[in-house]
Amino acid sequence: MKPAPFSYVRPATIDEALATLAADPHAKVLAGGQSLVPLLSMRLAQPSTLVDINGLSELAFVRTDESGVRIGALARHRQVEDDGDAWRAQPLLRQALRLVAHPTIRNRGTTLGSVVHADPAAEMPAVAVLLGARVVAASVDGRREIDAADLFVGPLESALRSDELALEMVVPANPPRTGTAIDEIARRHGDFALCGVAAVVSVGENGAIETVRASYLAVAPTPHVLDLSEAFVDGTASDRNLDAAAEIASGALDPDADIHGTADYRRHLSGVLTRRVVRDAYTRATAPDAQGAR
Amino acid sequence: MTTPPQVSAPDALHAVSLIVNGTAYALEIPARRLLSDALRHDLGLTGTHVGCEHGVCGACTILVDGQPMRSCLLLAVSMDGAELTTVEGLTEEGDRLGPVQQAFQDCHGLQCGFCTPGFLTTITAGLRDDPDPTPEAAREMIAGNLCRCTGYQNIVKSVLRAAELQRGGGDA
Ligand SMILES: Cc1cc2nc3c(=O)[nH]c(=O)nc-3n(C[C@H](O)[C@H](O)[C@H](O)COP(=O)(O)OP(=O)(O)OC[C@H]3O[C@@H](n4cnc5c(N)ncnc54)[C@H](O)[C@@H]3O)c2cc1C
Ligand code: FES
Ligand code: FES
Repeated sequence: MKPAPFSYVRPATIDEALATLAADPHAKVLAGGQSLVPLLSMRLAQPSTLVDINGLSELAFVRTDESGVRIGALARHRQVEDDGDAWRAQPLLRQALRLVAHPTIRNRGTTLGSVVHADPAAEMPAVAVLLGARVVAASVDGRREIDAADLFVGPLESALRSDELALEMVVPANPPRTGTAIDEIARRHGDFALCGVAAVVSVGENGAIETVRASYLAVAPTPHVLDLSEAFVDGTASDRNLDAAAEIASGALDPDADIHGTADYRRHLSGVLTRRVVRDAYTRATAPDAQGAR
Repeated sequence: MTTPPQVSAPDALHAVSLIVNGTAYALEIPARRLLSDALRHDLGLTGTHVGCEHGVCGACTILVDGQPMRSCLLLAVSMDGAELTTVEGLTEEGDRLGPVQQAFQDCHGLQCGFCTPGFLTTITAGLRDDPDPTPEAAREMIAGNLCRCTGYQNIVKSVLRAAELQRGGGDA
């Protein structure tokens, strides 16, 4: 099918974009279009106006300092993935982006667009919540920051209002002695995952595990973060502890079944993947050259 | 407060200029025109094929400023000023096949040919980033494109053969 007719605006400034969004409650932002254009073609979305932000080149940035990485609304997945400074500051970004669709899609799709699109099977929303990222949103009434933990309301539903434009996402840097990892199972390479898990593991000066947190995608309506630290009280990543962590995860999650996989299968995957990513994140946290291990 | 920019009517035509395979085109199109349709219907460049029209199959892949993208996931109106390469643009002077096209012929990398334009463009860009791919990397390069006929083995061979041709290993 083809998209239904819509009015089209390509604002030259952020203020123009905000004024257009304020004037039409049924307007939608067009970023990379890698999620929106299929929805238009299938007529699952029929906005009256499209506000094309691809002309706002001032939003095409990835900026890194000691505190973290700032990702502008027009930074493509590919640009974030390739950015060496961003990778050193927060390796989970690149680790996760490699699992987002195919390179061809990543050449156009934006990382922030993926976050605000709030697909429960998408990687970057789960990563944003796990890392405590914040999204800066603007409207004609001013700006506000939204914690990723408050951003995801339901499947494909974010806390962003229809008159708001997400300007950038602020992702905290990886603290010292902290490792990250992500893995997922998909039917085909590059497809949306049946289940995915990202983990952040921090160890103390002596190398003993202090905190373990994991974020689950595709097994709940919104990203689901669990604190698994209690499974690692003796500070080691022993098989017993990993099993205990996997058990906490599969007990806490209540995935739905769909044509791609049963609920039991997804729950099983959440346990298997928990073991895997916690072990990998722990290895990176304790590597003498943490960067080398990434 | 900024006044909103002029909003056009939904059926308004927009002036869009595109450079396709080195030739400049001026188009008058509605905003909802997909780039794949603009290429095929407005410009008559039917080498770009449309399979799924939602980003999954890769048949419509073209190069936008050198980077592979799905033309079915782009609005033509948003691409004003872009430089595009379609499969028609991979042919070399005197209508000779380009190296990737030649490799597909050498290795029997196509059967019905429906998916082929998307593979050819994707591989052309892929070999620019990685001129000497391992068989593993060749597989990865085409992982986002679907083919219903070949079973992919000969397409992987074609990637490796194209790399060889580009390095000048003509008759290996
Ligand atoms: C074949 C295929 C496979 C894919 N596989 C995956 C996958 O495995 N994992 C994954 O995570 N994603 C996947 N995607 C989706 C891809 O990551 C998209 O790029 C991403 O979801 C959306 O980013 P975009 O810039 O394309 O946003 P768009 O499609 O332009 O927009 C998506 C939505 O977000 C809104 N929006 C976008 N930017 C802003 C903004 N700055 N402010 C306010 N609203 C905004 C739009 O209005 C729209 O509602 C896949 C896509 C395809 C076509
Ligand atoms: S037609 Fe564009 S990806 Fe299938
Ligand atoms: S050759 Fe027929 S689909 Fe690939």
